[in-house]
Amino acid sequence: MSSSDDLLLRVEDLRVEFPTEDGTVKAVDGITYEVRKGRTLGVVGESGSGKTVAAMTVLGLTRVQGAKISGRVVFEGCDLLGLDEGALRRIRGNEIAMIFQDPSTALHPLYRIGAQLIEAVKAHQDVSKAQARTRTIELLDLVGIPDPGNRVDDYPHEFSGGMKQRAMIAMALANEPKLLIADEPTTALDVTVQAQILALLERLRGELGMAIVIVTHDMGVVAEMADEIAVMYAGRIVETAATEALLKSPEHPYTWGLLRSIPKLDGPRVERLEPIPGSPPSLIDPPSGCHFHPRCVYAQPDHARIDPELLSLPAEPAHKVACLLEPQVRRKLWEEKSV
Amino acid sequence: MSATEPLMEVKDLEKHFPLTRGIVLARKAGAVRAVDGVSFEVIKGETLGIVGETGCGKSTTARLMMRLLEPTAGTVRFEGNDITGVKGSKLKAVRRELQMVFQDPYSSLNPRKTVGSIVAEPFAIHGLHRDRAQRRERVKELMDRVGLNPEHYNRYPHEFSGGQRQRIGVARALALGPKLLIADEPVSALDVSIQAQVLNLLRELQREMGLTLVLISHDLSVVRHMCDRVAVMYAGKIVELAENEALYGEPKHPYTKELLAAVPGARRDRRTITG
Repeated sequence: MSSSDDLLLRVEDLRVEFPTEDGTVKAVDGITYEVRKGRTLGVVGESGSGKTVAAMTVLGLTRVQGAKISGRVVFEGCDLLGLDEGALRRIRGNEIAMIFQDPSTALHPLYRIGAQLIEAVKAHQDVSKAQARTRTIELLDLVGIPDPGNRVDDYPHEFSGGMKQRAMIAMALANEPKLLIADEPTTALDVTVQAQILALLERLRGELGMAIVIVTHDMGVVAEMADEIAVMYAGRIVETAATEALLKSPEHPYTWGLLRSIPKLDGPRVERLEPIPGSPPSLIDPPSGCHFHPRCVYAQPDHARIDPELLSLPAEPAHKVACLLEPQVRRKLWEEKSV
Repeated sequence: MSATEPLMEVKDLEKHFPLTRGIVLARKAGAVRAVDGVSFEVIKGETLGIVGETGCGKSTTARLMMRLLEPTAGTVRFEGNDITGVKGSKLKAVRRELQMVFQDPYSSLNPRKTVGSIVAEPFAIHGLHRDRAQRRERVKELMDRVGLNPEHYNRYPHEFSGGQRQRIGVARALALGPKLLIADEPVSALDVSIQAQVLNLLRELQREMGLTLVLISHDLSVVRHMCDRVAVMYAGKIVELAENEALYGEPKHPYTKELLAAVPGARRDRRTITG
C-alpha cells in the first residue's frame, strides 16, 4: 500500500466541465486517483470517457478552453489547480511532461528535430546553445535514435513514425521529469513499432525512476505496462486495482465487457464475441444513477437513481469498484461466466 | 462448404506505383513496389485474413482484387474467369459480385445523402428495383438485417454513431447480394466495445448468406477470431499463408513470429488477459 512519502500525484474529486452551445459537457465527473514514485498507472477507457481531458487537466492544458475545473491535483504537496500560469509553466515540461498520440502532428514540420529539442531544453535550463545541443544528442541516443549526432539535424519528415515518437519522448525527458503522462503513445503506430516504444518507456522508467500515467483504450497495453489500472467510463472511474487483480478478478460489469469483447491471441476460439450492447453515452446528458446502467445486463431498477461510489472491496482495500450490485452477486456472476 | 473450390484466384499480382522527379519534365525515377508478386486463392465460403503492418500492400491487394486499381502484372480470376482486363458492362456485372466495406465509416458515407439513398445507390447504379416503394422496402430489409432501425431511413450519416455508420456501410455492400465481401480494416476506427458488435454481425451475415469474406486487418487478434486461413504480408509479398490454428500455433516465418510477439500482453504470459 502507498505510504505518504512515496506519493507523487494525488488527484482528488476532479471535475472538468466545458460549456458548449448544446449544453455543458461533463467530461470528467469527480475522479480520484494516486500515482506513486516510479510506478505506472494505466488509465483505460473508450473515446469520450474523459481519460484524455483528465490527463490534460493535470497539466493545466484545459484551462484555456473555458473549462470549469474543480477538485484538487496535488503534485508533491502542491495543488496545481491553484497555481497561476507562470508557476504552472515551471512544472509543466520540467517536473511533469506529456507525450501525445500522433507524433506527426506534435512536431513542427518546418523546424529540425534538434532545434525543437534544444528549445525544450533551453526553456527550463540555463544552458548555452552548444550545451543544449550536446544534451539533445544525448537524449536522442537515450531513446534509441541511431547516429544521433547526424540525425539531430533531420527534419521531422525524415523520421519514421516510431522515430518521431522517440523524438517526442526525448523532448519530454529533456528535464528529467518525475512524472510522464503518455496519452495513447502507440495508437498511431504499427504493432512491432508499438512494442519497441513500450519497451523503451519501460526501460526509461527503470533508468530514470520516473512515474508514468499511460492513457489508452487498449487493455493489452496497460496489461503490459501498468502496475495499477483505472477504468474510466463516462467521466468517472468505475474500477481501479493492481493490474493482476483487475485482469484476474475484475469486479465491474463494464470491465467484464471490455475484457470479453476483445478477441484473444490464445485460448480456444469462440464463435461469438460478447459485445457490450449500445454505445457510450453523451456527456452532456449522461444517464442518471450509475452511468453504465443502460448498457448493463445486470442493472436493477434502482440503479438508475442511485449514484454508485468508488468503494474498496472488503478483503482488498486497493481494489475499488463503483457498482451497485452486491459484492457476492458480482463474484458469482463473474465466476459463472468465466467457466 | 463445397470443399476447396476457389471463388477467386490471384496469381503473380504486382502493382508498382511510379515515382517521378521534376514537375515540367516529369521522368520516372523508380517505383514503389506496393504489391510485388502475390498469389493466393479465396475458397468459397471461407474467411481469409490478410494481415500486415502499414505499407505492406494489404489494402492495395484488396483494391486490385476489386478492380479498383489496375495491376502492373498478374491476373485475378473470379469463378474461373479472368477479370483482370474486363471493361464496361462485363466489369459492371463482376462488380455486383464483389463488394467492399471500408475502414473509415466517417469518410466512406456521403454526408449529404440520407441513409436510405446511400443503401439504395447500388440499386440505382445497376437499375434494380426501379419501383420506388419496392426499393424502399428492400432498403428497409437491409437496414433491419444489419441491426439498424429501418425507420431511420431518412436520417443523415452524422446522426449515427461510428458503429452504426459501419453497419450502413455493410448494408450498402450487401445490397446486391455479392458472393465476395472484402472488408478493409472494418473495425479499426471503432471503439473497443463496438468492435465486437460489428465482428459478430459480419460473422452472422457470412453464415446466413454463405458469403465469402476477405478480412484485411493489422490486428492479429481480430484476424485470429474471424478467419479460417491467414496470409501475412510484408513489403508487398505474402511471407506466410496457413490455416488459422497452424499460423497462430506454430508460426513458421520469422516475421510472423515477430508480429505475434509484438502484440501487447503477449510477452508477459502471467499477465495475459483472462475472461
